[in-house]
Amino acid sequence: MSTLEIKGLRAEVAGKEILQGIDLVVKSGEVHAIMGPNGAGKSTLSAVIMGKPGYKVLAGSVTLDGVDMLALPTWERAIAGLHLVMQYPTEVPGVHADQVMAEALTARHRGTEGMAARITQEALRINMDPELVTRALNVDLSGGEKKRNETMQLGVLEPKFAILDELDSGLDIDALRDCARRVEAATHESNLGVLAITHYVRLFEELKPDVVHIMVSGRIVASGGAELADQLEIDGYAAFV
Amino acid sequence: MNATPAIVMPSTDEEIWRYSRIAELDMSAYKHGHLRTETVGADSVRVTESLAGIAMTTNPDIFAELNGANADVISLRIPKGVVVEGAIHIVHHLEADGVVVYPRLVIDAEENSEVTVIETFISNDNIHSLVVPVLEVRTGKSARVSYLTINQLGLNTWQIGHQQSAGHRDSTTRIATVALGGDYARMRTEVRLVEQGASAQQVALYFAGGTQMHDFRTLQIHEAPRTHSDLLFKGAVRDTARSVYTGLIHIKPNAAHSQAFQTNRNLTLSEGAWAESVPNLEIETNEVKCSHASTVGSVDEEQKFYLESRGVPPEIAERLIVFGFFNEVIDRLPKFADVEMLRSAVNHKLNPDNEVAS
Repeated sequence: MSTLEIKGLRAEVAGKEILQGIDLVVKSGEVHAIMGPNGAGKSTLSAVIMGKPGYKVLAGSVTLDGVDMLALPTWERAIAGLHLVMQYPTEVPGVHADQVMAEALTARHRGTEGMAARITQEALRINMDPELVTRALNVDLSGGEKKRNETMQLGVLEPKFAILDELDSGLDIDALRDCARRVEAATHESNLGVLAITHYVRLFEELKPDVVHIMVSGRIVASGGAELADQLEIDGYAAFV
Repeated sequence: MNATPAIVMPSTDEEIWRYSRIAELDMSAYKHGHLRTETVGADSVRVTESLAGIAMTTNPDIFAELNGANADVISLRIPKGVVVEGAIHIVHHLEADGVVVYPRLVIDAEENSEVTVIETFISNDNIHSLVVPVLEVRTGKSARVSYLTINQLGLNTWQIGHQQSAGHRDSTTRIATVALGGDYARMRTEVRLVEQGASAQQVALYFAGGTQMHDFRTLQIHEAPRTHSDLLFKGAVRDTARSVYTGLIHIKPNAAHSQAFQTNRNLTLSEGAWAESVPNLEIETNEVKCSHASTVGSVDEEQKFYLESRGVPPEIAERLIVFGFFNEVIDRLPKFADVEMLRSAVNHKLNPDNEVAS
């Protein structure tokens, strides 16, 4: 059992404070959804957790089983067990997903024997063309192919916690179902903990949240069960702003 | 033959020598020498007569002129309709210190013939010598010539070279370069499309480290209608190395309906490294399609973050990105090129202190 704990997290981008004190505890196997209007700071939260350049932490902490993540470079946070599924996966010309998986596994001292079979298995599980892993990362891929590629990597790397930054954006309904179902399965199979940032409840048809948090203006203003998302669907964010 | 007549050296005041290290060159420091050359696969097409002059009508500079007067010539003639199996490999070993050598390779591909030639220049780091190579290619009607030159010269060897091709009707000429070596290594590479329907592709991968400098001048000269040229040069510099790319697309008045493309991209991998890119267009007719693009920049931070967020350490992420950057060129090298050897040579440039990088 692992715990990802965020305490009093404040952060700024380009001199503007975006996160104004975030507190969250996610345990292995749990799915926490973070919902909120545009500009609430949801994507900033995912970027700060993973250590993206350009974001400055002003206060607070992010720990994984007590280990200070904010003190580690990005790649060591990933090795420690965090995984970010990006809203807009970056195009990396000439670099193939299987090369990146090989280096990522090597850095984890997990070896690359059987990797190709594992990648194919993960790809087929989410209806992704296994040939895509030998093409340049995210270059000339559709929205659905990019998110399937992200989800395949999550399956191969088996992190402790996944931060999904709008997994559902730019996805057709089939790809959304395949990806969300895979993440839900990981919460049972490998006890994956999930922080799912989204605008829309349709993600929850396959990925069942244990806790729903409403984030507005850099703060979590309400937390509750799945019924909170249903209420949001009816009333919108007006009640929380 | 008199090796070093009284020569007037160019200076950096002249536009074509701007940015160059020509001012450091003292020709009197070199005596006329020769390479040790191994040629494999050319038995059926090598001729004893010199074909020098079939593609080069004038000497663009004093070095081409010196080559003309002193050259050790290898002449290849591919007879009409003949497809040469595999590749012809020419490997030049520069083993003498303090010499200037003048190799000249001439390829005459007759109508509808096909050939691949790979020419490699090798010297050790302790060889303080100068190579002045010339390449001439005449690609006859409907012929296909693929040529790759590999610069694996040592860190104290200079190169000032010139390549020129003439493409005849409906022919295809590919001139590829991989430049990893040399102290100061300059190449002027010129493709002329002299008859209708001729096409030329130029690609280069160059990577300088330490105090090396690579200097490329490229010309795509369209002299006939419906001709096509495409150039892709990609380079990287690290440490305090420098590189210069200057390219010209020249569409002459009778070259209507021609297409010409030119792309030069440069990665600067260290604070002290420097790359310059100067594309030029000169178009003397309408109804042509031309484009040029050039970039100089460091490794993309977003790309690095993406790889690092998967758990890839920063130095390996950078290596993957640089390899990815060069892949586009490697994919376009002539078949028969030893791609694994070239990748390993690039890897060594990236990790000169770490031979066992995975």
